[in-house]
Amino acid sequence: MAVDRILPTAEAADLMELVRGLVDGELVARAAGDEEKGRFPREVFALLGRSGLLGLPYPGEYGGGDQPYEVYLQVVEELSRGWLAVGLGLSVHTLSCFPVADFGTPGQRAELLPSMIGGELLGAYCLSEAHAGSDAAALATRADAVDGGYRLNGAKSWITHGGAADFYTLFARTGAPDSGARGISCLHVPAGTGGVGADAPERKMGLRSSPTAVVRFEDAVVPAANRVGDEGRGFGIALAALDSGRLGIAACAVGVAQAALDLAVGHSRGRRQFGRPIGDFQGVSFLLADMATQVAAARELYLAAARRRDAGRPFGRRAAMAKLFATDAAMRVTTDAVQVLGGCGYTSDFPAERLMREAKVLQIVEGTNQIQRLVIGRHLARGDE
Amino acid sequence: MNIVVLVKQVPDTATERKLDPADSTVDRAASDGVINELDEYAIEEALLLKEKHGGEVTILSAGPDQATDSIRKALSMGADKAVHLNDAALHGSDALQTAYALAQALGTVEYDLVILGSESTDARTGVVGAALAEYLGLPQLTLANKVDIDGTSVRIQRQTDEGYDVVEATLPAVVSVVEKINEPRYPSFKLIMAAKKKPVAKLGAADAGIDTARVGLANATTEVVDFAAAPPRAAGTVVKDEGNGGVQIADYLAAKKFL
Ligand SMILES: Cc1cc2nc3c(=O)[nH]c(=O)nc-3n(C[C@H](O)[C@H](O)[C@H](O)COP(=O)(O)OP(=O)(O)OC[C@H]3O[C@@H](n4cnc5c(N)ncnc54)[C@H](O)[C@@H]3O)c2cc1C
Ligand SMILES: Cc1cc2nc3c(=O)[nH]c(=O)nc-3n(C[C@H](O)[C@H](O)[C@H](O)COP(=O)(O)OP(=O)(O)OC[C@H]3O[C@@H](n4cnc5c(N)ncnc54)[C@H](O)[C@@H]3O)c2cc1C
Repeated sequence: MAVDRILPTAEAADLMELVRGLVDGELVARAAGDEEKGRFPREVFALLGRSGLLGLPYPGEYGGGDQPYEVYLQVVEELSRGWLAVGLGLSVHTLSCFPVADFGTPGQRAELLPSMIGGELLGAYCLSEAHAGSDAAALATRADAVDGGYRLNGAKSWITHGGAADFYTLFARTGAPDSGARGISCLHVPAGTGGVGADAPERKMGLRSSPTAVVRFEDAVVPAANRVGDEGRGFGIALAALDSGRLGIAACAVGVAQAALDLAVGHSRGRRQFGRPIGDFQGVSFLLADMATQVAAARELYLAAARRRDAGRPFGRRAAMAKLFATDAAMRVTTDAVQVLGGCGYTSDFPAERLMREAKVLQIVEGTNQIQRLVIGRHLARGDE
Repeated sequence: MNIVVLVKQVPDTATERKLDPADSTVDRAASDGVINELDEYAIEEALLLKEKHGGEVTILSAGPDQATDSIRKALSMGADKAVHLNDAALHGSDALQTAYALAQALGTVEYDLVILGSESTDARTGVVGAALAEYLGLPQLTLANKVDIDGTSVRIQRQTDEGYDVVEATLPAVVSVVEKINEPRYPSFKLIMAAKKKPVAKLGAADAGIDTARVGLANATTEVVDFAAAPPRAAGTVVKDEGNGGVQIADYLAAKKFL
């Protein structure tokens, strides 16, 4: 059953209808097969681009959709309901565009944004490194000033769309090796730049249709004009991007959880044991009730954070809370969905086990849920939102 | 090349559809209205022809206020403008009267080609195109699964059970399409936004020069006198395979003249 959403405008309602059509027409039927094969559906992202969905929260004057986060995130949720690789892919693409859109000069925006947010290009966000995951400020990839630009050297790990992206939003060290968070800068690196390459994608527990790969920079040179924001300000930009990106991951989690809930409810009506539908047993129906409550609460939490963002209020703490709560809820709800489906739930003939494997990654990406607690705790200690 | 596409809003086939017991017309409030499926193919074909030959695509729909939703959807697929014929006097019109009303409304638009679905999913008379062509005095090409135009003529492949016929007529003409013709596009968000600013001419019966004595339930040439739900499907025949299952199924099919 379609989620009954209260949307702020008629155009947002039309947008959701368009997205639901895409999900039901293009994603649902293919997700299981492509996930099994680990096939990246690049053409689905091209379709999202043609449909105007790759730049929804960005300004219309650069080809974006001028939509509030409240609406954009529900699009991410709806896509993730059909196929997490697509919903999360859109969220990561949006994250990759954030530095240029919010910290770029007017010239950079005019030159770069139209193709990033208004076309069919796909972005990747390169922060993590093998030795710098939760402690991202320990990153070691270098951007050394050379004549007219920067020479890049290093490797980024677990990069979504690594090897498939058209541009990389890179965080690299311009300061001394021990310069910490203050020595990092943000750079826009087109995928065609010489010396930029990617390893074969990682083999993963789930989310297999979304390529995750090591991206290598070997004496790759980009012009100085590709630096986004001042030198040494990159880490702040990375964190600001993640504040918004986390809301995307929360929305992904709600989509996955909603898919699991719908599946479990449907199964509980059709499957009969002891002469009646298993949903008639209180033991099952209470489980479903708890699942539905968690999905609804998670959705409201990310929407509340999004509305703060849309209103121009601080929202970092709420975003971390939404990511923490929604992804944990998705893990529980998908696990319970497998339970409701019983033996069927454990086989790959039904999507329950896939949803459970997909939910797990959401507790890890864009800051593990331990790191979300750390963020929330710091906000509390500072007494800010 | 200016093209008019006829678009009917029908109850969503995915939801329960109801007739109003009072006057045997479709209870349009009872379910969500959507664009008649074949009309989406008609719109797509018009957009493809426009991409090749230029010109404008106009949507023409006769229906109540809520038909604006379907008109907006059609515009968000890429049509340029729309005409919405909406008048209480038209309620309950039958196929002939609807065709007459649409023919009159077409008098307010410039066109070289009219494209429509070959039938609707609600009343399914499949005669609106034929009646319309008659009222307009234009050639009608039916069941097209391919349409080509040059400056002065239109040539279609008319789908048949055996294959297809090639049929040609001079423009202007009326063409009805089948779903084999193309794959309708998804609307894009940019076009959804742009659709809000596209012109929709609202016509009453008088604006279109429609003689109200010739339309509406009271003047209909046909009348739905009764209706009943289809009887529930009888239980199927179960063949138990005791070594001769295949033979039993073959006998069954032969008895039903399938073999
Ligand atoms: C599918 C996938 C896609 C990804 N996509 C991207 C991408 O596009 N771009 C990108 O930059 N990165 C990406 N990542 C990387 C991801 O952001 C990191 O994996 C994540 O931040 C955790 O880092 P780590 O793996 O090094 O774990 P570690 O930091 O080594 O953490 C291991 C464990 O220790 C815990 N831990 C660490 N520090 C603390 C602490 N201070 N207090 C309490 N517990 C702690 C963690 O919570 C975790 O449980 C992706 C990862 C995956 C799996
Ligand atoms: C149960 C029932 C039975 C009916 N039986 C009859 C009957 O036997 N005889 C009769 O004359 N009427 C009948 N009607 C009335 C009929 O629904 C309407 O008159 C309708 O306009 C006739 O078109 P259709 O839907 O059959 O069109 P079709 O000829 O099946 O539709 C072909 C195409 O015509 C175009 N078109 C049709 N209607 C419109 C419109 N309003 N605006 C724009 N384009 C349109 C569309 O492109 C459509 O794809 C019946 C109605 C009901 C509810």
